[in-house]
Amino acid sequence: MLDAMLSFELLRNTFYTGLLVGLIAPLLGTFIVVRRLSLIADGLSHVTLAGIAFGLFMQKKYTLLFFTPFHTGIFFAIGGAIVIENLRSIYKAFQEIAIPITLSLGVGMSVVFIALADGINTDIFAYLFGSVAAVSRSDLYVILFTSVFVIFVIIFLYKELFALSFDEEFATVSGIRAKLIHYLFIVMTALVIAASIRIVGVLLVSALMTLPVATAIRVAKSFKQTILYSIIYGEVAVITGLISGYYLEIPPGGTIVIIAAFLLGATLLAKKFYFSYKYKG
Amino acid sequence: MGQLIEVSNVSHRYDRHLVLEDVSFSIDEGAFVGLVGPNGSGKTTIIKLLLGLEKLQKGSIEAFDKPIQKFANKGHISFVSQKANSFNRGFPATAKEVVGMGLTSKIGYFKPSQKKLEYLIFEALDLVNMMEYANTNIGDLSGGQQQRVFIARAIVNKPSLLILDEPTVGVDTENVENFYKLLSDLNKQLGISLILVSHDIGSITTHVTDLLCLNKTIHYHGNPSDFESMTDEQRSQLYGHDMHTITHDH
Repeated sequence: MLDAMLSFELLRNTFYTGLLVGLIAPLLGTFIVVRRLSLIADGLSHVTLAGIAFGLFMQKKYTLLFFTPFHTGIFFAIGGAIVIENLRSIYKAFQEIAIPITLSLGVGMSVVFIALADGINTDIFAYLFGSVAAVSRSDLYVILFTSVFVIFVIIFLYKELFALSFDEEFATVSGIRAKLIHYLFIVMTALVIAASIRIVGVLLVSALMTLPVATAIRVAKSFKQTILYSIIYGEVAVITGLISGYYLEIPPGGTIVIIAAFLLGATLLAKKFYFSYKYKG
Repeated sequence: MGQLIEVSNVSHRYDRHLVLEDVSFSIDEGAFVGLVGPNGSGKTTIIKLLLGLEKLQKGSIEAFDKPIQKFANKGHISFVSQKANSFNRGFPATAKEVVGMGLTSKIGYFKPSQKKLEYLIFEALDLVNMMEYANTNIGDLSGGQQQRVFIARAIVNKPSLLILDEPTVGVDTENVENFYKLLSDLNKQLGISLILVSHDIGSITTHVTDLLCLNKTIHYHGNPSDFESMTDEQRSQLYGHDMHTITHDH
C-alpha cells in the first residue's frame, strides 16, 4: 500500500484522512464515553447518511455540483446535533429519547432520498461501510480543517469540557457556560462523525469513537492518559485496518472495527492475566 | 465584618407547590452557618438560588453586594454537593485531576502557568490531608476520602464562601467527626465562610457559629447554644411539628 500511496494521490488522501480521524474520533470519543453519550454518535451518523443521500439525490436530479454529498452530510450532521441538544433539554428526565428520535428520522430520510436517487449504488455502499479510495483533495482539506478546529477547541476548553463531563452542577456553579459548551461539543461531534464516515462508514463510525476509549479506560490511570491511549489504539486500528482493507479489497470500516475490538479483547485478557499473576506472585 | 449574602423576602414555588415562603436571612463574613431542616423543607432550593442554579421568583438575594441575577461567580462562592457521593465511580480521573476542575474560572485568556496551577492543586490536597492520594483514581478512594477531594476541589480557587449540601452522607461516623474538624479549620484558619446544610441538627450544633432552621420559612436564626438550651416543646413550636434532637456522643 505504501508504494501505491506514493503513486496515487487519492490513496494518499485516504491515508492522511485515516490518520486524522484516528486522532480526532477517539479524542472526542473519550468525552462522549465518560459523559455516557456513546449512542449519540449512532444517532448523528444516521442523520449524516440522510444528508449524504440528499446530496446524491440533488446531484442526480439537479446536477448540483457546488455542494457534494459530503458537504450536505456535514450540514445535516450539524442540524441533527442541534436537534438532539434541544430535545435533550426539552426531555430532561428522558434525555436518551433524543437518540432514537434522530436516528429513526435519519434512517427514514435516508431511505427516501436513496430511493429517489435511484437506489443503492457503489457510492452509497462506500458511505455505509467506508472506502479506501473515496477521498478527494478538497474533501481532505475539509477534514483537515475539521480536525484542526476540533483539536484547537479541545485544547482551549479542556478544563471546561472535563469539568462538565465529571460534574455538570459543580461546573455550572464555577461559572462555566454549560449550555454554550454543550452545543459546541455536539456540533464538534457531528463534524468528527461526518469526517470519519469517509473511512469507516456510517454504520461503524460510533465504534471508532467508543471502542478505543473502552480499551484505554481499562489501562489508563488518569483522564489525560485515557485520551492518549485512546488515540494510540484508534490510530493502530485505523492504520492496520486501512492497509489490510486495501490488500483484501474489502471496505476498511469492517477491518478497522474488527482490529479495534481485537485490541479491546486482548487488553482485557492481558489485564486479567497480569492481575492474577500479580496476586499469585 | 461585612455581609456576604443577604436574602430578603424570598418565596419560591415548583408548579403550585410552595417550598419557600418569605424567607429572609443574612450571612456574615467569617460565619459558619448550619442550615437545618427536615426533608422537603426547602434547604436545597435556597442553596440552588444562592448558587444561581435556580431562577429567583420572588424577593431579592444579594451576593457580595450585587443582586444575584447580576452576580457572576468567578470563584467567590464554591460548592460541595450531596451528589458528590453518587458520581460516576468509573470515571477515569485522578484526585489531582478532580481538584484541578475547581480552577476552571481561573483559566481564561490569561491563564497562570501550569506550575502555579499544580502548586494550587497540591496546596488544596495538602489542606484536606489527601496529598498521598494525588495520583489515585477517584473511584478507588473511600467515601470519606472522596469527599475530602471534593472539598479540595471546592477550595482550590480560594472562595470566600463555601456551601456544603449534606456532605456527610456516605461518610462513616468515625470520619464524620474528622470531617467537621476539617470544616472548622477551613473556617477559622483560612477565613472561609461556610454554609453547611444538614437534616441532622444534633451533630452540627457543636461546630457551627450560627444556626438557621428552615421549614418553608425561617423558624430559628441565631446562636446554636441558645437553641440547644430550648426544650423539645419550644423547638416543636418553632418548627411547627414534632422535632427531637439526637445527641451524638463521641
